Amino acid sequence: MKKETPLWEVFIRSKNGLEHRHCGSLHAEDAEMAMNNARDVYTRRNEGVSIWVVESTNITASSPESSGELFEPANDKVYRHPTFYELPDELKHM
Amino acid sequence: MSEAEIKNLEDQFDAKIARDEKIEPKDWMPEKYRKTHIRQMSQHAHSEIVGMLPEGNWITRAPSLRRKVALLAKVQDEAGHGLYLYSACETLGITREQMYEDLHSGKAKYSSIFNYPTVTWADMGAIGWLVDGAAIINQVPLCNTSFGPYARAMVRVCKEESFHQRQGYEIMLSLCNGSAEQKNMAQDALNRWWWPSLMMLGPTDAESTHTDQSMKWKLKRKTNDELRQQFIDQTVPQADILGLTIPDADLKWNEETGHYDFGEINWDEFWQVVKGHGPMNKSRIDARRNAWEGGAWVREAATAYADKQRARKEETAQAS
Repeated sequence: MKKETPLWEVFIRSKNGLEHRHCGSLHAEDAEMAMNNARDVYTRRNEGVSIWVVESTNITASSPESSGELFEPANDKVYRHPTFYELPDELKHM
Repeated sequence: MSEAEIKNLEDQFDAKIARDEKIEPKDWMPEKYRKTHIRQMSQHAHSEIVGMLPEGNWITRAPSLRRKVALLAKVQDEAGHGLYLYSACETLGITREQMYEDLHSGKAKYSSIFNYPTVTWADMGAIGWLVDGAAIINQVPLCNTSFGPYARAMVRVCKEESFHQRQGYEIMLSLCNGSAEQKNMAQDALNRWWWPSLMMLGPTDAESTHTDQSMKWKLKRKTNDELRQQFIDQTVPQADILGLTIPDADLKWNEETGHYDFGEINWDEFWQVVKGHGPMNKSRIDARRNAWEGGAWVREAATAYADKQRARKEETAQAS
């Protein structure tokens, strides 16, 4: 007999027009139970209009140790920001 | 890793917290940070779960449907708070099963206050008013604590907690506006819950061993004595509105300090209860253990059902 019930991550859309956001996790045997538990644990006060549940083992996360190689290359690419371009002050609507 | 390297990482870690940056589960952290957080967060989760028991005692005997649905919702919130906190704590690498085991074996603690019995309906009022009041004072600063999952869980908890205190105070108010007998019942509940509520905020600063480190990690923003003073200062006027008397002969407004002076707390009683000798310690742990052991067949059935469903799905997929 296995002793640990699988872990699920819960994402809630608080209202239409907004994205689903991670709000926590819970344990459940299957997707249906995860959905029911998510409703009871995370939406007791109309916090959402839609729920996603994903078994945690299905999520691949980047590691903090690799954040340098992943994110630092963006630091020196200032030309990706509008403020990089020097334009005259009298220029309007841009 | 060499000692110098660890020291370097620790310095960076401390600086990060000092800059009010959050620590997330996969970030490097000192072992002591991890251990302290597992201890405090699991203790907090256990307190929510054990905290359901004293109030669960009165759900079937609530005096009206209005009181009953409110109490039921409050107890359900406490289950929810326990679950937020358990899952936040699990991000530090301890399993839910291990936490339950530590609670059942007595290795992990929970708030001393839940080891007192709830003998009358007025206790539901006193608990909501005083115990949840003290808990709010403890919990609000934790919304800014350094460990991300804990801080996020506390934001949810705090949002839900204010209903708990208001429903408790309303119960007290009804009793105090009722018959002499009802008002006496409210006074009796205040007499029994006042001192344990003060103790609930923890040992005095002089006795508290973790305060310095916890302050640095923002696990604590105010000392136990500061929190206690804040609780007393805000609760005394609330007792006045009810027309009840705080059971402390030394309680007196101090014009000079701008705070209430109060009498000596019986710390022997506190330590007795913490060590397991309170009136309800055994009963509380027995109830939790029975729930876990008695519920084993439900967990096993759920696992068997999920396995069967999975196998059936695979069969159908192969057949088609």
